[in-house]
Amino acid sequence: MADYRLPEELMEALKSKFPGMEVSERQDVTLPLDDLVPFMTEIKENPDYAMDFLTNLTCVDYPDYFEMVYNLVSFSHGYTLMVKTRIEDKENPEIPSLIPLWSGADWQEREVYDLLGIVFTGCPGHPTRIFLEENFKGHPLRKDFQWEGGREP
Amino acid sequence: MKTQTYYLNLGPQHPSTHGVFRIILELDGEVVVKATPVPGYLHRGIEKLAEARTYTQVIPYTDRMDYLAAMLMNWGYVEAVEKLMGIEVPERAEYIRVIVGELSRIASHMIATGAYGADIGALTAFTYTFRDREYVIDLLEMVSGSRMTFSYFRIGGVAADFPEEFYPAVKKLLDQIPAMCDEYDGLITGNEIFQARTKFVGIIPPEVAVDYSLSGPVLRGSGVNYDLRKVRPYSVYDRFDFEVPLGKNGDCWDRFRIRIEEMRQSKRIIEQALEQMPEGPVLGKVPKVIKPPVGDAYAEIESSKGVYGCYVVSDGSPKPYRVHFRRPSFINLGYLGKLLEGWKIADVIAILGSIDIVLGEVDC
Amino acid sequence: MGENIFVDFTAWLRGLISGLGVPDLFNDIILMIVKLAAIIVFIALNATWLVYMERKICAYIQSRVGPRHHGPVGLLQPVFDVVKLMTKEIVLPKNVDLVVFLLAPVLIVVPPIVAYSVLPFGKDMVAIDMNIGLFFLVAVTSLSTIMFWMAGWASNNKYSLVGGMRVVAQMVSYELPLVLAMLGVVMITGTLNLSEVVNAQKNVWFIFAQPIAFLIYFIAGVAETNRPPFDLVEGESEIIAGPYTEYAGMGFAMFYGLAEFANMMVISAMCTVMFLGGWLAPFGLTFIPSWVWFFLKMYLVIFIFMWVRWTFPRIRVDQLMGFGWKVLVPLSLANIFITGTGMYIYRAIGW
Repeated sequence: MADYRLPEELMEALKSKFPGMEVSERQDVTLPLDDLVPFMTEIKENPDYAMDFLTNLTCVDYPDYFEMVYNLVSFSHGYTLMVKTRIEDKENPEIPSLIPLWSGADWQEREVYDLLGIVFTGCPGHPTRIFLEENFKGHPLRKDFQWEGGREP
Repeated sequence: MKTQTYYLNLGPQHPSTHGVFRIILELDGEVVVKATPVPGYLHRGIEKLAEARTYTQVIPYTDRMDYLAAMLMNWGYVEAVEKLMGIEVPERAEYIRVIVGELSRIASHMIATGAYGADIGALTAFTYTFRDREYVIDLLEMVSGSRMTFSYFRIGGVAADFPEEFYPAVKKLLDQIPAMCDEYDGLITGNEIFQARTKFVGIIPPEVAVDYSLSGPVLRGSGVNYDLRKVRPYSVYDRFDFEVPLGKNGDCWDRFRIRIEEMRQSKRIIEQALEQMPEGPVLGKVPKVIKPPVGDAYAEIESSKGVYGCYVVSDGSPKPYRVHFRRPSFINLGYLGKLLEGWKIADVIAILGSIDIVLGEVDC
Repeated sequence: MGENIFVDFTAWLRGLISGLGVPDLFNDIILMIVKLAAIIVFIALNATWLVYMERKICAYIQSRVGPRHHGPVGLLQPVFDVVKLMTKEIVLPKNVDLVVFLLAPVLIVVPPIVAYSVLPFGKDMVAIDMNIGLFFLVAVTSLSTIMFWMAGWASNNKYSLVGGMRVVAQMVSYELPLVLAMLGVVMITGTLNLSEVVNAQKNVWFIFAQPIAFLIYFIAGVAETNRPPFDLVEGESEIIAGPYTEYAGMGFAMFYGLAEFANMMVISAMCTVMFLGGWLAPFGLTFIPSWVWFFLKMYLVIFIFMWVRWTFPRIRVDQLMGFGWKVLVPLSLANIFITGTGMYIYRAIGW
């Protein structure tokens, strides 16, 4: 299998710029929440990375934190990158929206908001629910979501 | 004279929204001023359901997403789980996957082509593509025992090897596919009215297509060469020789035409796969109880609608902690609201049809 | 043989009634009623048959078989359809304009029925041999625009409204090329009487003398009957069923079955009269009665209508208007000009 990861020197350059980031064996980048937007801006705008395609955006509800997962692709270089960031605040999870960088984030962020209740800041009127009706209570993909009438696990 | 815009509620029960999809149109006469797509009428919470099932039990749920190309939906999910567990898939299984996957793609594109004809008003196109799709579905039934929701893929391979009678049948079908495509071209593509309705309608510029994360024929219709089978070959796609058809203008016409071309290319891939297919087992060494190690994995395949991705998180138990599906139809719809502005009601249908959505997949 | 059965029957009936000592005026009225009843029965029977024919032709074009379970080769299918539609509830949606809503499907069949009164079905087979027959027919058929608009407006549904708007725009714009195309024929014959128009085609059918006019007439005729590729009114993939959206049961059947097929028959019959030589037998095959010839030609045109319907996609509304006003109207005007010039030259050289 061919390798679609970022070359080491580019990774090093990123590391020096964002000291808070952690890189896993598989080259999944984990960022502190504050670094997210500068990091994303850097890898999108810098022609060395040119991550112009946001493939996937989702979120996982772990017991102690929410983890946002972004999958990025660079068309010109062929790199792929998985970026993760943790939202420690489980009561009022908030994260800056990435719509200014990739418009494709719009519907995916709405989906995440709808199903997991992550609030994306920075764009007025966004996010709104996308699948469920406006007055639906709760966010079904959260682990603590209980719905009466559902099948016992 | 004072004119006023009015709202037209297109759907959720409408013959041309390909299911239960709703668009709230603000119209000035026949011209769309603002369009708000409202999905969610087929939301079943598959991602939530998956958390209460074992890894193998999730496979039938993936069928219910893009039920027109269910094989490909299986594929994305099992690929992610295999990546998570590090399972080696036997070569024969990979070839089988390619063959059934491409057959599924052909079936899906046939529906897209015929339904698009029906959207434009040529109902006859619909019956022709559905007639031909039956042959493809017959083949897949021969393989999996089911006609629509196959659940044929298993983690580590596929459920069963091809039966003997499959080989002559698939050869017969492959010989007919160029003639079928020519028939669609003659009936739909070549029609003057059809061209007038679709050319330079609903243009998506390439940079916008990339910005909005569109994929599949919608992205390639805009001329962006991004087909995962070519740029990041998964499975054994790097061993086949095929072309990626691209559009020029990014209009409905390009998106429609690409699908017919892709059917021809799929035929080439299947032919090569049948030729190269090695002997061997169809299911790899997989533990009885599938218990992936703690961790996560994201895998992508090129489905008939676009890039279909699956993100699986495991906490070490036999049930997935979290499954997320990146559904191409859903994300391709993200640009619809902006795209529709300024077009007429008839174009709304033409544009929506050219994106080729399946609501089971959009709403998941 | 059979050539004069209808004419003879009328004469016999007239003789019978006047033999009873009924004054001539009443005699005429009774005969008129009989003729009207005959026309209505004719339309109803033909519409039923056309439903079957449409379904069968559509099926064969779409590589299907079509209805085949009721009666021999499914011939009783339309009967079952009609019974089903008649027994269905007439749904009255909230907030409809009740009078207009209920009146529209009733009135929709009036223009075709009236139009049939001047159509010559065969030699001497015309209910009223009006000397302005063509003018009358065009005037009457254009009335159905109003009924569609009534249905679209009264339904209190936006899809119906859009459909109603489209009807008006489409039928009014295509009326023009339709009439202008027929004007070429009228210029040659110099009469508006339909029987005389037919008689003028003894030597050459006007489809050969006026080929452009025929094409324009045919295209505009498809548009007038609201059939694909000009079925924007229904446009079932866009606006559900346009003005008929809110109608159920018989109301829908009146629009969709009766009115559409009756209109199609009028347009095809007119096409036969104006361009295909009416009841005149080609190649001197006069042993076949004239009315049989008329039907054969009419059904040929209807078949082409259906063929077109199940082959072509739908045109868009602005393209429709553009095509009507920018192509058909100038073309028909040019046709009139050429016809006039030609006639002048012919007359000058003394033909």
